[in-house]
Amino acid sequence: MPEIKVTPLGAGQDVGRSCILVSIGGKNIMLDCGMHMGYNDDRRFPDFSYITQNGRLTDFLDCLIISHFHLDHCGALPYMSEMVGYDGPIYMTHPTKAICPILLEDFRKITVDKKGETNFFTSQMIKDCMKKVIPLNLHQTVQVDDELEIKAYYAGHVLGAAMVHIKVGSESVVYTGDYNMTPDRHLGAAWIDKCRPDILISESTYATTIRDSKRCRERDFLKKVHESIERGGKVLIPVFALGRAQELCILLETFWERMNLKAPIYFSTGLTEKANHYYKLFITWTNQKIRKTFVQRNMFEFKHIKAFDRSYADNPGPMVVFATPGMLHAGQSLQIFKKWAGNEKNMVIMPGYCVQGTIGHKILNGQRKLEMEGRATLDVKLQVEYMSFSAHADAKGIMQLIRMAEPRNMLLVHGEAVKMEFLKGKIEQEFSIDCYMPANGETTTVTTNPSVPVDISLNLLKREMALGGPLPDPKKPRTMHGTLIMKENSLKLVSSEQALKELGLNEHQLRFTCHVQLQDPHSDADTLHRIYTHLKSVLKGYTIQHLPDGTVIVESIVIKVSSSAEDSNTKVLLLSWSYQVKTWTLFLERFTLIYNGVLPGG
Amino acid sequence: MAQLEKKRLYVRRLDIPHEETPAKKLRLSKPSKSAALHIDLCKATNSTDALQYLLQFARKPVEAESVEGVVRILLEHYYKETDNSVRLKIASLLGLLSKTQGFSPDCIVDDAINTLSNEKSHQVLAQLLETLLIIGTQLPESPALRLRLVEVAYKHLSDTYFGVRNKCLQLLGCLGMVDAPLGKENEGAGTSLGGLRDVQSIISDYFGDQDPRVRTAALKAMLQLHERGMKIHQIIYDQACRLLTDDYEQVRSAAVQMVWVLSQLYPESIVPIPSSNEEIRLVDDAFGKISHMVSDGSWMVRVQAAKTLGSMLQVSPHFLEQTLDKKLMSDLRRKRTAHERAKELFASGEFSSGRKWADDAPKEKLDTNTVNLIASGACGAFVHGLEDEMFEVRIAAVEALCQLARSSPSFAEKCLDFLVDMFNDEIEEVRLQSIHVLREISTHITLREDQLDTVLAVLEDSSRDIREALHELLCYTNVSTKECIQLALLELLKNLNKYPTDRNSVWKCLKFLGSRHPTLVLPLVPELLSTHPYFDTPEPDMDDPAYIAVLVLVFNAAKSCPTMPALFSDHTFRHYAYLRDSLSHLVPPLRLPGRKQVYGLDSVDSGPGSGSVESAQLFLQQSLNRVSTIQNLEAPGAQDLLDLTTRDLLRLGELQTELAGAADFCATYLRCQLLLMKALQEKLWNMAVPLCLKQNVTATAAAQQILEETYKLEFLYSGLESRQVATIHHVRLQAKALQLVLTARTRQGLDLLIGSCEKFLQDVESFQRLFLTELPHLQDSFVDKLLELMPRLSSCKPVELVKILQTTLRQSGLLQLRLPEQIHRATATIIEPTGESDNPLRFTSGLVVALDIDATLEHVQDPQNTVKVQVLYPDGQSHVIHPKPGDFRKPGPHRHRLITQVYLSHTAWTEPSQIEVRLLLAYSSSSTSLTSPSKLGWSESLESLPPAEAAVEGTIPFSKAVKVFIMPKPARR
Repeated sequence: MPEIKVTPLGAGQDVGRSCILVSIGGKNIMLDCGMHMGYNDDRRFPDFSYITQNGRLTDFLDCLIISHFHLDHCGALPYMSEMVGYDGPIYMTHPTKAICPILLEDFRKITVDKKGETNFFTSQMIKDCMKKVIPLNLHQTVQVDDELEIKAYYAGHVLGAAMVHIKVGSESVVYTGDYNMTPDRHLGAAWIDKCRPDILISESTYATTIRDSKRCRERDFLKKVHESIERGGKVLIPVFALGRAQELCILLETFWERMNLKAPIYFSTGLTEKANHYYKLFITWTNQKIRKTFVQRNMFEFKHIKAFDRSYADNPGPMVVFATPGMLHAGQSLQIFKKWAGNEKNMVIMPGYCVQGTIGHKILNGQRKLEMEGRATLDVKLQVEYMSFSAHADAKGIMQLIRMAEPRNMLLVHGEAVKMEFLKGKIEQEFSIDCYMPANGETTTVTTNPSVPVDISLNLLKREMALGGPLPDPKKPRTMHGTLIMKENSLKLVSSEQALKELGLNEHQLRFTCHVQLQDPHSDADTLHRIYTHLKSVLKGYTIQHLPDGTVIVESIVIKVSSSAEDSNTKVLLLSWSYQVKTWTLFLERFTLIYNGVLPGG
Repeated sequence: MAQLEKKRLYVRRLDIPHEETPAKKLRLSKPSKSAALHIDLCKATNSTDALQYLLQFARKPVEAESVEGVVRILLEHYYKETDNSVRLKIASLLGLLSKTQGFSPDCIVDDAINTLSNEKSHQVLAQLLETLLIIGTQLPESPALRLRLVEVAYKHLSDTYFGVRNKCLQLLGCLGMVDAPLGKENEGAGTSLGGLRDVQSIISDYFGDQDPRVRTAALKAMLQLHERGMKIHQIIYDQACRLLTDDYEQVRSAAVQMVWVLSQLYPESIVPIPSSNEEIRLVDDAFGKISHMVSDGSWMVRVQAAKTLGSMLQVSPHFLEQTLDKKLMSDLRRKRTAHERAKELFASGEFSSGRKWADDAPKEKLDTNTVNLIASGACGAFVHGLEDEMFEVRIAAVEALCQLARSSPSFAEKCLDFLVDMFNDEIEEVRLQSIHVLREISTHITLREDQLDTVLAVLEDSSRDIREALHELLCYTNVSTKECIQLALLELLKNLNKYPTDRNSVWKCLKFLGSRHPTLVLPLVPELLSTHPYFDTPEPDMDDPAYIAVLVLVFNAAKSCPTMPALFSDHTFRHYAYLRDSLSHLVPPLRLPGRKQVYGLDSVDSGPGSGSVESAQLFLQQSLNRVSTIQNLEAPGAQDLLDLTTRDLLRLGELQTELAGAADFCATYLRCQLLLMKALQEKLWNMAVPLCLKQNVTATAAAQQILEETYKLEFLYSGLESRQVATIHHVRLQAKALQLVLTARTRQGLDLLIGSCEKFLQDVESFQRLFLTELPHLQDSFVDKLLELMPRLSSCKPVELVKILQTTLRQSGLLQLRLPEQIHRATATIIEPTGESDNPLRFTSGLVVALDIDATLEHVQDPQNTVKVQVLYPDGQSHVIHPKPGDFRKPGPHRHRLITQVYLSHTAWTEPSQIEVRLLLAYSSSSTSLTSPSKLGWSESLESLPPAEAAVEGTIPFSKAVKVFIMPKPARR
């Protein structure tokens, strides 16, 4: 049986460093190539040596697909393609291709320039790597090679995020990447058609959460910000430069406009302008509202939100600052946090998930004293709020996606093991399909039952249809006669005549014969005639022929009479019927009847 | 000669029916049509040519008589034709022809059915079935034919081509036998009963067809049967439910409808729940299944499902409430929704700070087995619907919520939070819709403080529609505490401050808020009026809109709270008197103890209170009766009586707003009569022509004025019946007669006179034609007499005619006016611009400046077409602007709101000057074309202006003119 193998190199029972290997129909595909935020050593990149110890990756991988531009999904890309060495095709959507290098460059700067790491990929490597990228459009089927095809679906989550449908022959896998089933202020909801893949590989960040309505969340968020501003406090919102940040910007921008607020909103880093530029461009990837109104006003042209300068952090008075990165583990957000942490009027709002080990994770868990580098401690006096604005599907959303795609097997990645366990149980119970949750490096094997397409000749089909009922009933299988020819990797079903002709074979007939001995005093011809007349009287509705050459033919059964050599009274009846006569047993039975009839005495 | 000609014309007019002309045309072209086609088709050498001819032929209409001939030719050609596309076109032409008005297609049925039997091409077959469908629908009265067609459909149902199956199912749906009427004979009933059973089961067989289009067609056919009154069997339910999970969206969409239909037919049937032993009502089951569809993959289906949910009113409350349920959990622990938290905080008396860390911390641990993620049944359908990506779905969900909430108060209470949440939707349309919905269900609900807070936040919305909808909502809202009132007042004042143009709307809102919650306002009064037990506080500014707003709230509350006036300070009473007079629609009459003068004023005002509408009505009727005693226009004292009555009526209209329309109408009518009377009583009639030029002028003016008034009467008032219209036209006719007489006297040109005479006679004829049914009511009137003399009139000389008219006019009696039930005068008030601004609107000449116009229109029918804005510049230039249809909103019955912009432009002026803006009501009637329209449509209000410029064709100004200061500056070089 053919098998599909899935091996997570990252994101198996874990969040961060997404990297999943899939072998399907003899093809090896890598899905995402991310890095881990929580580590600064080798663990931050996937272990590519799992694939090959010394050979080039290109020989082992048919393609690499990046679902979206978050670093935990694409952070290791230049490392893999340039430093480890991979020259095969890399697929990502247009927005991802546009925004990905900005983030990689930012990441590189922080690691190399700020932390002073060496042996890291360079700007040139990022550029070289992006040259290998082939852009994807939504719902466009791309043929990677003759057999492997991929198709992208909208995933919400961030601009340009996509789910991919990978198909080899009739086997298919869907990888969701990160997705969001509820639309937000700037993106729509994920959507997939009923593609019935063999495996659906889904993220499960919020496997055990069902979230409140987004409107409540938004209102809460705005209220918190508003109150803090009115108190004269400063609000820090750590975000990743792209994604949630834009949603929150739109939210605050419209709120500011509606409430006529004057406090400044800043967005840190020069990244923003560049990124916003792309958001303005890729309007087709946003939600209905933005798509419909961008002609009048592009929602990403902010009026109230200005660029942040380092010196503004010490300005008096209220302000709202969006700063990167989102988990408070480094960069500007951490610097501002250090400055503002001491004042209880201030507030930090964590709008998303924080990986274990980051400061964000620590303060969310209520830690009020933080140990900083150089043995210094930091008292956290400011208020810490958590607003779940993370655009991942919640448990209900995951279930909804399963219902949409109707997969045969489920595989969960990108989540915590305990939570996955719960969701796994739920899925198995609700949909009665198998659900897997492999750890990193663990291989899941799913046997598939692929249907094999066979060409059938039209004539044969028509002939069979003429024989059977009026219309083929899609629910009932029907048997038909034909010859299956396997030739040069293709299968076809043709009628036996045609098969013989094509293969240049002669037709062989299989006939069954049997001898029956009779005691009959009459001559051969007479006996035959008696049998003939008798058969005529018994077998009404059958064509019975008496041929001049001394045979009687009932349908396709031939009867001949000959006297035995020893005894002229003993007649030998030769019966012969072809293989096709299905009901030959019936004829045999009938023949006993005949036999009795012909010889009234015996 | 001319006379004779006219007489003949007159006779012909009367007895020739209207359809004459087209009928004649038909006969002319009949033979040529089919013959031409025949020749064309014969000429065609190949199929492409034939197709071309047919295509050309299809563009021209065919007359009923020649249809059959054409059909024969087409059929003849059909049998000969070998090309599929040509046969297809012929088949479609047959269908087209069967639809011809006045042609009964029963004669071609047999031929059409015959063609089916030999047809090999599936496409042509499908087209032929389509043709049969058209024929069948054209002949609804023939059961035999239907039976035949249905049989044909049965026969072809097993075709391999989906199109043919589609059409067959359509045929079955449209023509399949519905219940036989009771009086039918036995054998007929038997067959049709058999047919009945068959149709449904046969159609339902195709629910499982392999082609989604056929499945859709089968569902649609079933729905069609339902629409035609056939009772769909309950067995279909299961099959329809299975189709809800179809792969194709159009199938799912149709299946949703089907399930809905069945749920309405068998709401109380019991169906089992699969995988358990329980059973539930069918309507509940269907509700659950359709709720599921709200999270479907296709938004069309989602819209359909959301809409459908709204009309399932029989669903059990238990199920209904689940649609708003979304079990929250976080890390496997149950979490309360924000709504629940808000409610709890409110109950514990603490206002939600929203700041407390972890106040949403999960509480109890959930049993993993009870958490049902894919909510079975209706769980959270509306939560999903309201959060949907497509605003169409959200709007549908909001509407469905509204429908369900209106029928279930407890549900209304529950969906409140969700609707309030929708006020923050990103699409304005959705916000607006949810505000409207909340208003509609507001009778069921009382807003909590936190909810009110959210609602009021929307008052700062920059969209005027939203704010006004919200004001409207607040008018109908019940709130629970005095803090709520205070909050609302505060926010409304903030709103007033931010958007001063909302003044009227805010005041109105406070009026209702006050009168709804007198007891809640009472404790707030000292604070609101800033009175102090010991100290006198400064008297607030009476012109401050905010202060007026507060007073409106307090006074309206005081109306049903007699203890409140005791808290008022002196100036409050003074202000009351002032406001009662200036804003009488906002300030109710109050019984103020110890304030005699105010009290006295009150009693006068409250005299014609609500109970006295009848007496006013009586008065109106009596006045009219009194007038009707005037037999002859020349009777002594008649003028005085008319004068008096007119004045009475006008005053009555002012006092009793309910009767204003009727009173105005009567007064205008009587004024016309009075004018007519005066004109006729002029001495001039006895004088020689050259001597009376001056009097003549007044009489001409009177005639002109009567004409104008009649147009006003006809088009300005709504609710007129044809009897009143006849009366109005009658007056108009009189005025025209007067004009004619005057023309005869002043001008000596005979040609002109003949022309006007003819025109007048035409008018009389058209009057007769239009009001044939009303003529009996016009006994003894001017027209009555004229019609008696008609044969003579049409043959006599103009001079003679004039003489007759003159005497008839003088002798004819006053036509009594009968009042219709409801009569309203169209009015318009321009709210903005107010005309108070002294700052001129400056702009560069040659460029345009936009002037915002905001007006309310009452009792205007079809304002999109009739209401126009007129701008008059000081140099006499006038522009008429047609507002866009989208600029009209309809906030209430008989009420429209016009919010538009007009563009002004002019050459440079040396100093600012005023332009006038007013609204016009355009009218057009067939009678307008008969008269010279250029002289109509300007009235007293315009008389100060040169008439030539002010006159706008066929329009009545119906609002006061508002002056706007503008200043076009010369362009800088």
